[in-house]
Amino acid sequence: MSEPILSTKLYVGIWATLICLTVITASVAFVDLGPFNTVVALVIATLKALLVVLFFMHVKYASEKLTKMVIIATLFWLLILLFLSLADYGTRAMTRT
Amino acid sequence: MADSSLAVEHQEGLDHQFVDREQQRNAASLGMWVFLGTEVMFFGGMFCAYLIYRYWYYNEFAAGSRSLDIVLGTTNTAVLICSSLTVALGVRAAQMGKRRLLLLLLLATLVFGLGFLVIKGVEWHDKYVEHHIPGPSFNAEELIRKNPELHIDPAPTQIYFSLYFAMTGLHALHMVVGVGIFCFLTYYAWKGRYTPEYHTPVEIGGLYWHFVDIIWIYLFPLLYLIDRKR
Repeated sequence: MSEPILSTKLYVGIWATLICLTVITASVAFVDLGPFNTVVALVIATLKALLVVLFFMHVKYASEKLTKMVIIATLFWLLILLFLSLADYGTRAMTRT
Repeated sequence: MADSSLAVEHQEGLDHQFVDREQQRNAASLGMWVFLGTEVMFFGGMFCAYLIYRYWYYNEFAAGSRSLDIVLGTTNTAVLICSSLTVALGVRAAQMGKRRLLLLLLLATLVFGLGFLVIKGVEWHDKYVEHHIPGPSFNAEELIRKNPELHIDPAPTQIYFSLYFAMTGLHALHMVVGVGIFCFLTYYAWKGRYTPEYHTPVEIGGLYWHFVDIIWIYLFPLLYLIDRKR
């Protein structure tokens, strides 16, 4: 099997980091950062998702390049969906009187 | 015609169309990742609807978000992260051929998964009691009273709760499917089917579980943490 066996210590370390980030994101929500509340929440969420994908889902150690390509293509497609839709709805207010 | 070259020795758990276990494993894993890609687009549509309406009705979304129980939401996030740990360790146990440990970790995952659903059920029940389920019985008076500075319009608050129920509902449905998959894995782990050479189902079942966890990692800040300050 090409799949490497990671140490329990690493998994527990990732878990502890994820729990800490959860507590941080919930606490920061009560601090007034203006528009940056959303930014911080989403950055933390992305960080957590990255940890899960890279370590729990073994993508960091995947030998198959095809897997990584599927992930990148998925994210690219998702960004097309979000950005083009928001480019429409987000700019409609400009023409409103 | 006696073709002896076709009489390849049958390997346990290896389908005929694959050269070896390695290729079979990679094919299964790739298939799961492509499926998860379609799932991202499936949830992506809802996230997109959420972003657009949140942009249009920011204050209504803030009022709706504040009415959710942040303690239960955070607990549920932690429960799912714990379940992801037990899944990751379970895959590791399968890789090493530790049957008892694998069984224990799969059962722990099931407990966490069901725990998540129970907490979610409690939250939904709270919304039911508060008349926050969109429809004829929807009542925004409490939201207006508690958030006078937001000057909210009662009608769009229903959009927030519609999205809340659709997104958490779809996620919970995935959790139910995940629990089903893990019951299946637990049964076969108990039968001793998974070995260090063959444990692909545990691995790709794990990929699915982690994916459902990631969806919640995004749902939690988007639904629970809008404008909590003030």
